[in-house]
Amino acid sequence: MGKTIAEKILGRHAGCEVTAGEIVVANLDFMMSHDANRPLTIQVFEEMGAKQLCDPKKFALIIDHYPSAPTAVSANINKSLREFARRHGCYFYEVGEGSCHQLVPERGHALPGELVIGTDSHTCTYGAINVFSTGVGSSDMAAALISGQLWFKVPQTIRFVVNGHLRKGVYSKDLILHLIGSITADGATYRAAEYVGEAIADLSVDARFTISNMAIEMGAKAGLMEADDKTLAWVKGRASRPFEPVFSDPDARFERVLEYDASKIGPQIAKPHKVDNVVPIEEVVGTPVQQANLVACTNTRLEDLEIAASILAGKHVHSDVRFYVVPASNRVQAEAFRRGILQTLVDAGAMLGIPGCAGCSGGANFAVPADGENVITTANRNFLGRISNPESFIYLGSPATVAASALEGKIADPRRYV
Amino acid sequence: MILRGKAHKFGNDINTDYIIAGKYKARILDWEELAKHCMEDADPAFSSKMSPGDFIVAGTNFGCGSSRETAPRVIRAAGVSAVLAQGFARIFFRNSINVGLPAVECDTTIIEDGDDLEVDLAAGTVRNLTKGTETKVAPLPGVMMELLNDGGLVEHIKKWGRFNLQGVTSRPTPQGRL
Repeated sequence: MGKTIAEKILGRHAGCEVTAGEIVVANLDFMMSHDANRPLTIQVFEEMGAKQLCDPKKFALIIDHYPSAPTAVSANINKSLREFARRHGCYFYEVGEGSCHQLVPERGHALPGELVIGTDSHTCTYGAINVFSTGVGSSDMAAALISGQLWFKVPQTIRFVVNGHLRKGVYSKDLILHLIGSITADGATYRAAEYVGEAIADLSVDARFTISNMAIEMGAKAGLMEADDKTLAWVKGRASRPFEPVFSDPDARFERVLEYDASKIGPQIAKPHKVDNVVPIEEVVGTPVQQANLVACTNTRLEDLEIAASILAGKHVHSDVRFYVVPASNRVQAEAFRRGILQTLVDAGAMLGIPGCAGCSGGANFAVPADGENVITTANRNFLGRISNPESFIYLGSPATVAASALEGKIADPRRYV
Repeated sequence: MILRGKAHKFGNDINTDYIIAGKYKARILDWEELAKHCMEDADPAFSSKMSPGDFIVAGTNFGCGSSRETAPRVIRAAGVSAVLAQGFARIFFRNSINVGLPAVECDTTIIEDGDDLEVDLAAGTVRNLTKGTETKVAPLPGVMMELLNDGGLVEHIKKWGRFNLQGVTSRPTPQGRL
């Protein structure tokens, strides 16, 4: 009987053929934790009585949520991660190297066909390169660090087939917002999502990460895509071990197959305060914004920064707007400098943040909006209080939308500028 | 074990930022302190209304959003004995069981704020003493019952040195153990 990507990856790692609905214990290829969990994974690890990692080369500790160390408390947390990494010999990514969901794939820790977990809900991001990757809490991660395993209920799969082609000024962020709006925030709960079709194949790997990153916002356990030539080219040079991509069989059983026409989608906005509160941009154009954030692991890769720069080149953001840019990693930042992209953005009024989660998660204490302010952001969540002020309003959009809005001082349709 | 307490009713899509706002993670590490901020952005008066043993009762998609285990831990620290919901987001559901906070899936449309409830986890029932109704609870997957019975994941690992779950269809050799 045909199997889905989820069934195949979990089966491969459980050592037997599995079907959706079964509960299995599976061996993991890589594990990641960062500085934002309370309790920290390393604390639960020690609470369990563990003395050593099952394999230090399968674990990365990353400081990304509090790169600016806003308090002594957060600085001391960072120190404890540094010391743990030194003691145990695992990978360690220091302040400023980037956000976990950029670093894990960028540095070759997650490869097509692999099974990866992270103590962050957006761990589903690596699904874009055919990885079954999912978010877990500190205790699950501590148990996984000891045993190299975790239990999983094999999920049913919802297949999103996106035909057609995105039109000019419409990007992968608009597509995923549209899908989330249509299926709702718990429409894919406990399911694996597969994103396939011509429109997906069109996308660069950077653009695909945006989609998989937000799979959790429809409740999905994983946001999987097939590996094609673009995937293999992206992974080449980063992989230091063999890997084997996984495809759903032609006769795989999907719980639902949903079809969309990408050419019918325009720029989208998720209005406060839920990610599935998605509307076509026409409905909110003209809403004044005081802050524009080009931030978060969803949309701060080279291609995203380039798109924003192309709209802002030679111009300056509106005098009422504070415009923040936080590249996904120090390597992305360096390349963006070399290509003049950051120069363009800074000349347009951008204020730069330390690569990482600055501007997305409230705990990062960066760019907190004032009472009553509207923020247009490339991030993945707009929950009330998300950026530390429950009296502010967060609108989600693509990098092009954020750039166009920064220019006009109000939510603006990027198609006017491309 | 039978749990008794008052219902504190919430709506759908109560996310983990509502349960405990991200801004506290850089400032407060003490669980008792953090507990005072439980559910703050959804109901600023929650912690003052709570009595130990009470229940959080919610609609669909409870605990959506972040994977922060802080969420169920803060709920426990606030004295809540169980969360009842129409439906749970999956990472929260796992985390809740892992920290020993029962996550009970049942019809919560028939429960109102302030109702007196009696939850019998073994029998799988929720009795609404105020309304005189009883509803069945969706059974937890076997592995989750095993973890809850062991007192949570930390206790399970301390006891067995690794995952030792019976309700699974495959148990490959672990890569390491305690």
